Amino acid sequence: MTSLHLDWGILFEESPTGDGPYWQLLLTGLKWTLATAMSGWLIAVAVGAVVGVIRTVPSRWLSLLGDAYVEVFRNIPFLVQLFFWFFVLPELLPEAAGSWMKQSMPRPEFFTAAVGLGLFTAARVAEQVKSGIQSLPRGQRNAGLAMGLTLTQTYRYVILPMAFRIVIPPLTSEFMNTFKNSAVALAIGLTELTFQMKQMVEYSNQVIITILATTVLYMVLAMAVNRLMAWIEHKSRVPGLIAGGGK
Amino acid sequence: MIDFKLVADNSDILLAGLRYSLALTCSSMLIGIVLGCLLAMARLSSVKWLSLAASAYVNLFRSVPLVLVIFWFYFLIPFFGFKVGPDKSVFITFAIFEAAYYCEIIRAGIQSISRGQVGASQALGLTYVQSMRYIILPQALRNMLPVLLTQTVVLFQDTSLVTIIGIKDFMGANVVTASNNGALKEMYTFAALGYFCICFPLSMLLKRLHKRIAVLR
Amino acid sequence: MIEINNVSKWYGEFQVLTDCTTKVQKGEVVVVCGPSGSGKSTLIKCVNGLEPFQAGTITVEGTSVGDPKTNLPKLRSKVGMVFQNFELFPHLSITENLCLAQEKVLGRGHEESMEKGLKLLDRVGLKAQAQKFPGQLSGGQQQRVAIARALAMDPIAMLFDEPTSALDPEMVNEVLDVMVQLAKEGMTMMCVTHEMGFARKVANRVIFMDRGAIVEDAAKEDFFGQPRSERAQTFLSKILHH
Repeated sequence: MTSLHLDWGILFEESPTGDGPYWQLLLTGLKWTLATAMSGWLIAVAVGAVVGVIRTVPSRWLSLLGDAYVEVFRNIPFLVQLFFWFFVLPELLPEAAGSWMKQSMPRPEFFTAAVGLGLFTAARVAEQVKSGIQSLPRGQRNAGLAMGLTLTQTYRYVILPMAFRIVIPPLTSEFMNTFKNSAVALAIGLTELTFQMKQMVEYSNQVIITILATTVLYMVLAMAVNRLMAWIEHKSRVPGLIAGGGK
Repeated sequence: MIDFKLVADNSDILLAGLRYSLALTCSSMLIGIVLGCLLAMARLSSVKWLSLAASAYVNLFRSVPLVLVIFWFYFLIPFFGFKVGPDKSVFITFAIFEAAYYCEIIRAGIQSISRGQVGASQALGLTYVQSMRYIILPQALRNMLPVLLTQTVVLFQDTSLVTIIGIKDFMGANVVTASNNGALKEMYTFAALGYFCICFPLSMLLKRLHKRIAVLR
Repeated sequence: MIEINNVSKWYGEFQVLTDCTTKVQKGEVVVVCGPSGSGKSTLIKCVNGLEPFQAGTITVEGTSVGDPKTNLPKLRSKVGMVFQNFELFPHLSITENLCLAQEKVLGRGHEESMEKGLKLLDRVGLKAQAQKFPGQLSGGQQQRVAIARALAMDPIAMLFDEPTSALDPEMVNEVLDVMVQLAKEGMTMMCVTHEMGFARKVANRVIFMDRGAIVEDAAKEDFFGQPRSERAQTFLSKILHH
């Protein structure tokens, strides 16, 4: 059994990957984790909000379309989805677009990871948005319509602002999930945090320190996300209304 | 898009992969739920250090990616000198990781039963254990059953991640077949379809179960 | 002003409204009562098109509600509605609740709608609460705000859907007082309510519904004097005896 002596000095030794010292290697990983998760999240919220809303409007076709999106993206593992976007999509596209994706797209692993993560998470966001809207008392929609607001106006001024507030707590955990899920992208070669941890273990042989350092970074990230969302929740609180909204 | 002849020619390895995925799912579910139950009771217990230890466990595993945890064990088990292959050690990894998630579901289930129920059963003269056994847990279990099962569908999808450390689960078997035959497009499409065909009907069933339970409540 | 002709409505197989016909004249106050599940709330929601119906016609000042070509938002902006659960918008302050539709539907400027809103708030006795949020008011106060919100649109008629049944008993009168005052000023009103005291005081006509049909449609004096149908008599004896 290897010695359990922890030599933290390893973090300042030069790594053979050309990334500088090992701590910098991990930091590069953190940077890609952040970049992937954040851009994935923006896509997820934008797409998820639209998909979630169309699942609640009184149009059969639109809500069927929304349901189909959610079911497809929720019932295929994220790893498989990433492989599909990375390896299969370029083959399915027209010749020119496909070969551009394979040869000249900049940072293909990052873009595939960010978009893939975004589309995957969007299905979950859509689910939350839909149940947020449905948890509002039906009377709210009626009250908006009864005052002469159009359906669009009712969504814009009455339903969505309330649904947004209801949806923030469950979205916190989805936001956290984007950071965690971004690690899957190491399978298509994204040099995010877990990928860098693997490299550091393989080159430095300092298993315990590498694992500890990486885990601490992930936990700090989780804490930061949690604080951020709690702050947003606090900012958007409505006086006199208990969290969870609606009567 | 899918080369069914290729699939048929490699049906042995693909089926073995599927069996591995299902075995990993079932064992992690069973051990995970048992461990999760214990953790949930520890979290709800009035013994301070016990509930603190349990929440530390749960928070740790819920803030890190599963892929990271898979690598922890992948590196640590040989590091500490155990001679267990990764295809066996992931059974431990998954059980330990999923227990944290099951714990939270079970805890929420127990807490969803109103305190009045505890009061009412104790007023009838039932002991604490009896009221848990006959009043609280049956209600809690019914409430959380759909969520527990939904988590298991998620778990089944998560098992695909063992492909990353070279295990031939269902996805891993697809990857091997794909690279041996130069058929990435065909096999990855087949993998996506395969997972969908298993998970989609299950999700639909669970949705109906959820509705039925919601009505009964 | 409101004409309901042979309206029927089904939820799937289940018929909720059967051949309902009645009329509300300008300046008239009509009270609709009946046991729960009798379809009275559904009927009143059909009047401004919140509930679709499959047969019959409803016209409001000559505009047909069921006609797909009708501009429903425009029609609804002329008919005020007050709901059982108030349905103030919880994320908006009281003044914002009052101004929203004035600005977005009628296109009034912010100052004009603010002035109008505050005037009506004063009228329902809640000027001091203008800056609060709905969740900070009592049920009775919320319902009075909801009435002010509907009045801010200068409606030609008001629909009340059980406006007092979600209220604690001590708050019922503050809401009824506002409604009585409104009736005395000549507002056209259609009220689904069990408050027979209110009906006695201001109603011109009382409609009694049971199992989706209008069983009794009589002038107030006749209804309280001697209702013709046995079901109405039983209903009245049940709610008046305590």
